[in-house]
Amino acid sequence: MNIPVRRFDTLILGAGGGGLRAALQLARADAHVAVVSKVFPTRSHTVAAQGGVNAALANVTPDNWHWHMYDTVKGSDYLGDQDAIEYMCRAAAHLVYELEHAGVPFSRLESGRIYQRPFGGQSREFGGAQATRTCAAADRTGHAILHTLYQQNIRARTNFFDEYFAIDLIHDDEGAVLGVLTMDIATGEPLVIEAKTTLIATGGCGQLYRTTTNAHINTGDGMAMALRAGIPLQDMEFFQFHPTGIAGKGMLITEGARGEGGYLVNKDGERFMERYAPNVKDLASRDVVSRAISIEVREGRGCGPNADHVMLKLDHLGSDIVAKRLPGIRDTCKTFMHLDPVDTPIPVFPTAHYAMGGIPTDRFGRVVMPSGDSPEEVVPGLYAAGECACVSVHGANRLGGNSLLDILVFGRAAANDILGFLKNNRYHRPPNQTCIDKAYERFARWEKQGDGESVQAVRADLKKAMEDHCGVFRTEKIMQEGIDVIKAIRARLPDVRLQDQSKVFNTARIEALELENLADIAIATMRSAEARQESRGAHSRIDYPDRDDAHWMKHSLYTLEDDSLDYKPVRTKPMSVETFPPKKRVY
Amino acid sequence: MRFKIYRYNPDVDEEPYMQEFVLEHVKPGMMLREALMELKNQDETLSFRHSCGEGVCGSDGVNINGLNGLACITPVAELTEPVEIRPFPGVPVIRDLVVDMSGFYKQYRSVKPFLIRYDPEPEVENLQSPEERDKLDGLYECILCGCCSTACPSFWWNPDKFPGPSALLQSWRFLADSRDQAMEERLDALDGPYKLFRCHTIMNCAYVCPKGLNPTKAIGHIKALMLKHSV
Repeated sequence: MNIPVRRFDTLILGAGGGGLRAALQLARADAHVAVVSKVFPTRSHTVAAQGGVNAALANVTPDNWHWHMYDTVKGSDYLGDQDAIEYMCRAAAHLVYELEHAGVPFSRLESGRIYQRPFGGQSREFGGAQATRTCAAADRTGHAILHTLYQQNIRARTNFFDEYFAIDLIHDDEGAVLGVLTMDIATGEPLVIEAKTTLIATGGCGQLYRTTTNAHINTGDGMAMALRAGIPLQDMEFFQFHPTGIAGKGMLITEGARGEGGYLVNKDGERFMERYAPNVKDLASRDVVSRAISIEVREGRGCGPNADHVMLKLDHLGSDIVAKRLPGIRDTCKTFMHLDPVDTPIPVFPTAHYAMGGIPTDRFGRVVMPSGDSPEEVVPGLYAAGECACVSVHGANRLGGNSLLDILVFGRAAANDILGFLKNNRYHRPPNQTCIDKAYERFARWEKQGDGESVQAVRADLKKAMEDHCGVFRTEKIMQEGIDVIKAIRARLPDVRLQDQSKVFNTARIEALELENLADIAIATMRSAEARQESRGAHSRIDYPDRDDAHWMKHSLYTLEDDSLDYKPVRTKPMSVETFPPKKRVY
Repeated sequence: MRFKIYRYNPDVDEEPYMQEFVLEHVKPGMMLREALMELKNQDETLSFRHSCGEGVCGSDGVNINGLNGLACITPVAELTEPVEIRPFPGVPVIRDLVVDMSGFYKQYRSVKPFLIRYDPEPEVENLQSPEERDKLDGLYECILCGCCSTACPSFWWNPDKFPGPSALLQSWRFLADSRDQAMEERLDALDGPYKLFRCHTIMNCAYVCPKGLNPTKAIGHIKALMLKHSV
């Protein structure tokens, strides 16, 4: 099989905010960049981010990056790496200003400066009063940022491979990553893209769950590619459930709704967050609020005929605030619930939202894995940024407003490191043919014809299994069963067949390849979760209700090849300031 | 519920045809996107784009009973049966409901849809008053779904020359931005018989826009600005 080849200096997989921010940096430095995306760039899921991006601009209340750093470390339940967190919080203000210069239509204060709103888990003076740190363009901040970054890439004349699906990474005999095998979705033809560096920026995997705020495309393709290339995934047990997805449907209602003054009530009309987080109430960290809602419902204080959700009240805010600051979620409520939040509360329930875990990287965006004596050996030529990566700045629980920041900071950091790499590695290395053949095999496997199960049936079972066995609250027994169920589902994959054997825009084939990716990530998540015998951040175990720093203040690393778990220490030493030592986490 | 869906796969079909589908179980509040996904479970070869499911990514624009719209925010209960689903009119079909949007994107790029400033960059943000920022509301929310341009007769006739309502709305988004400093070059680029003035205010664009935006109004603003600028 002779597969056509294109060569670039540098390759980016994924055209969300992380990929586009990196592409912009590289294109502006005159590197020859290719961006591969399975959808047109502005369809990427960054577009759905609502509430804003955190940066200590101090436009509304006094603020500084060090307070932001403290909140992020505390929010991470002390599993975040403090060097990376310091780097991110220090860079935040500059990167937000850069976005503004690039054209992002941020909402504005009377002073003409960027509008900022309060968000969960954010404080002044290391745990003091509520901070106002989240920079917003109404409740469409992700849309505004993604479109602006794409527009600036048009200006920089970045090469886009729109609607190309990445199958698997290609490397050489020494393990250096040299590009990817792709498929042109429109024609079904394979294409090898060779590059001196490859940045994975493929986003999250919320399609693991049945009810999710994530789009249909969020199938963890990059994470699964890394797993199959022998790279472990880090901290996959930490999956964030957003407290306020529309109950039963999953559409996101931004944390900004509570930032603007909204609050949650149970069936008795009680503002129950006062019991769980006496100081900050509805603006506690997401893991705390999600658990609180789950407990309210479990203990019979849920709303509705099935007592299976709680209510988010915005009706006291007045139509001006809702129209001005929350127009997007108001539309969503009207469209999907036939209610106007200006006068009717919104039924909400914790909904699968964000993977804190992912491909392990350092704060330069370089992918690292254990090798010999070192727990963090750089994989040459391979980078990762954004939700698919685990730097780790989010640790066991991400703060709202830190994911847009993460993609900007580490998309740019990776690009800067790539420029250095390109200086020292001027020539393309020959890839290993066996590796290309193996990637091609995965692609061609779906041409097998005959009777078999459908992709859809297996995908539905997988999502149900993850929801049943790896949700907000977890126990040994539930998760051990979960591992068996996921393994049984994985065993069905070889017998799945496609009825659609066409080459032209075959979305059934794409969904089959996505299903394989989800199945790889599901086992990584399930196994990592079952092994961690403590409760930390988003990982809440009924049988181990406390955090156990003595045994578990460490990162999990799951390797697919031998289905094994390994661990590495948390980087507790920041770049320049004092360590924030673990404390009891109270909001 | 009965559906008639446009099918064409250049791999196997000599010409397009309409295929009938029946959806037995219509869930309360069901959107067309979910219905199409159910129909795809019946016949896996049915191809269409979709992603976010809440009207923000702009992937699933199709022609529904003669009107362009987003499948994910169109409740099926409000549609007349048999529901006829076709690809966007006036653009090449790749397969089934999937159209070639490259001409639409090219026109988007042609209006330089990015902020242009010539002043040195300040070390903090450029200032913009809330009133100045308000002028971008109704413009920046465009999701590039293509519903408007592929409903526009002027765009059908001259897709290679006429930017179309979506691109012109984008042009006004930057002309209306107090931070932008490229008014003259933007206006110059829109002069001529096939650019701005190819809009004949038919207003299909505003009628179909799933985000409630009004490209015709934006085009009117550009026309007024151009007039003011030329005298």
